[in-house]
Amino acid sequence: MTTSPTTAPTAEFPLPRAAGCPFDPPPRLRELQDEAPLARVRLWDGSTPWLVTRYADQRTLLADPRLSSDVTRPGYPAAAPRRDTGGNSIGFILMDDPEHARLRRMVTAPFAIRRVEAMRPAVQRIVDEQIDAMLAGPQPADLVEAFALPVPSLVICELLGVPYADHDFFQENSRSLVRRTTSAQERSASFEALHEYLDDLISRKLAQPQDDLLSELAARVPRGELSRGDAAGIGVLLLVAGHETTANMIALGTLALLDHPDQLAVLRDGDDPKAAARAVEELLRYLNITHGGRRRVALADIEIAGQVIRAGEGVIMANDIGNRDPEAFPDPDRLDLGRDARRHVAFGFGVHQCLGQPLARLELQVVYGTLYRRVPTLRVAADRDSLRFKHDGVIYGVYELPVSW
Amino acid sequence: MKVTVDQEKCVSSGQCVMSAPDVFDQREEDGVAVVLTAQPPAGQEEDVRTAAAVCPALAITVVEE
Ligand code: HEM
Repeated sequence: MTTSPTTAPTAEFPLPRAAGCPFDPPPRLRELQDEAPLARVRLWDGSTPWLVTRYADQRTLLADPRLSSDVTRPGYPAAAPRRDTGGNSIGFILMDDPEHARLRRMVTAPFAIRRVEAMRPAVQRIVDEQIDAMLAGPQPADLVEAFALPVPSLVICELLGVPYADHDFFQENSRSLVRRTTSAQERSASFEALHEYLDDLISRKLAQPQDDLLSELAARVPRGELSRGDAAGIGVLLLVAGHETTANMIALGTLALLDHPDQLAVLRDGDDPKAAARAVEELLRYLNITHGGRRRVALADIEIAGQVIRAGEGVIMANDIGNRDPEAFPDPDRLDLGRDARRHVAFGFGVHQCLGQPLARLELQVVYGTLYRRVPTLRVAADRDSLRFKHDGVIYGVYELPVSW
Repeated sequence: MKVTVDQEKCVSSGQCVMSAPDVFDQREEDGVAVVLTAQPPAGQEEDVRTAAAVCPALAITVVEE
């Protein structure tokens, strides 16, 4: 076994994708995966964390409690200058157990499979209405604005009990939070605005409880189970995580399917009721939109793949290339809606694995199962070179997708 | 085959219920997994192995007999 070499980093991270390959991870990542399980990379701030590129190692490490999600610890490989949260709670995504587990369990009940499944008719209605509205509007339409963003926004608003009328406000601030190029100052301002907004909503739910998640959460505050700040923080986390991610999967997934007409045909023309569910897993794997990787800092020395990650060192699990590991998924660069891709790590792995995954799956199943059947002539209405991709985003996607039908 | 769930480790991802709905369920109050059939019939064994493999918290133990 070798110890951590103090050799120079082998690459800058994040790495660029290849021109003309908007769905594939950066080609250098594949080389790194072939060369060695771990590599040193250099980040924007000059720090040199480990990059883990193989699927099995990523799962092992993400399940290891000796890796911390706490961004305030020295050595944490930050994606961007850290926002000042003004002491406001940021939800449990950046906390460790036991505090993480305690807070996560406050909101796990509404994401249980049975409760999410009960929302299927409501999600179907929202999807159908948004398709009706798009079809009634002018062509070309921007699929992102006309469909991909409103669907998850409407769904998360219904679940949380947030007024959709405020969507311009929270969509804009969410976007600012997930853009890598946002300055630390802007990030703080957006975060604070959202926190204030959720805090105010919590007050309203306390005064007038309704049948929604924020009311359930608010009710825990007077019972002493949850601080007011943590309640608002969890609200912000759910609102932001609940629509940006899914929206990008809808628009980028549609573009990928339009680029693979034989695969699109499986969804549009097939009669297998399980096709949409399988397609969702494969598109999650193939597109892996959380392309910045899962980021952690080691709390102790950890042996992995013949290396030692030292306590205090940063670690990035590049789940985009992990999902393209040929050891885990044969012919990994092929989009194949027929494959069983359920073991992907697009929702992460370990205790932080996506809380909203049942809801994201439901939304995507309904969208992929409905949109192309109802709009079989859907096509991209723009010069391919003009499409702009979210290379600078914490979450990958396409900024606009002009379509006609 | 015998299957157990460590409810302390469970993070309520719902992955087991998705993979093997006849064998796993979730508690009403917090979505924590419960085992419905500790000795699943032969027809469900493959689903149970999948459930154990996708469990993000490594909370499912399968003992093959
Ligand atoms: C396709 C859509 C989605 C993708 C690809 C996605 C991806 C992810 C990933 C990779 C993580 C792990 C973060 C880490 O390990 O550090 C995560 C965590 C999380 N996601 Fe999602 N997500 C999606 C949709 C949603 C939705 C719809 C919601 C809420 C309604 C949501 C809420 C959360 C929350 C609360 C966490 C933090 C969990 C924890 O720290 O315990 N996500 N998501």
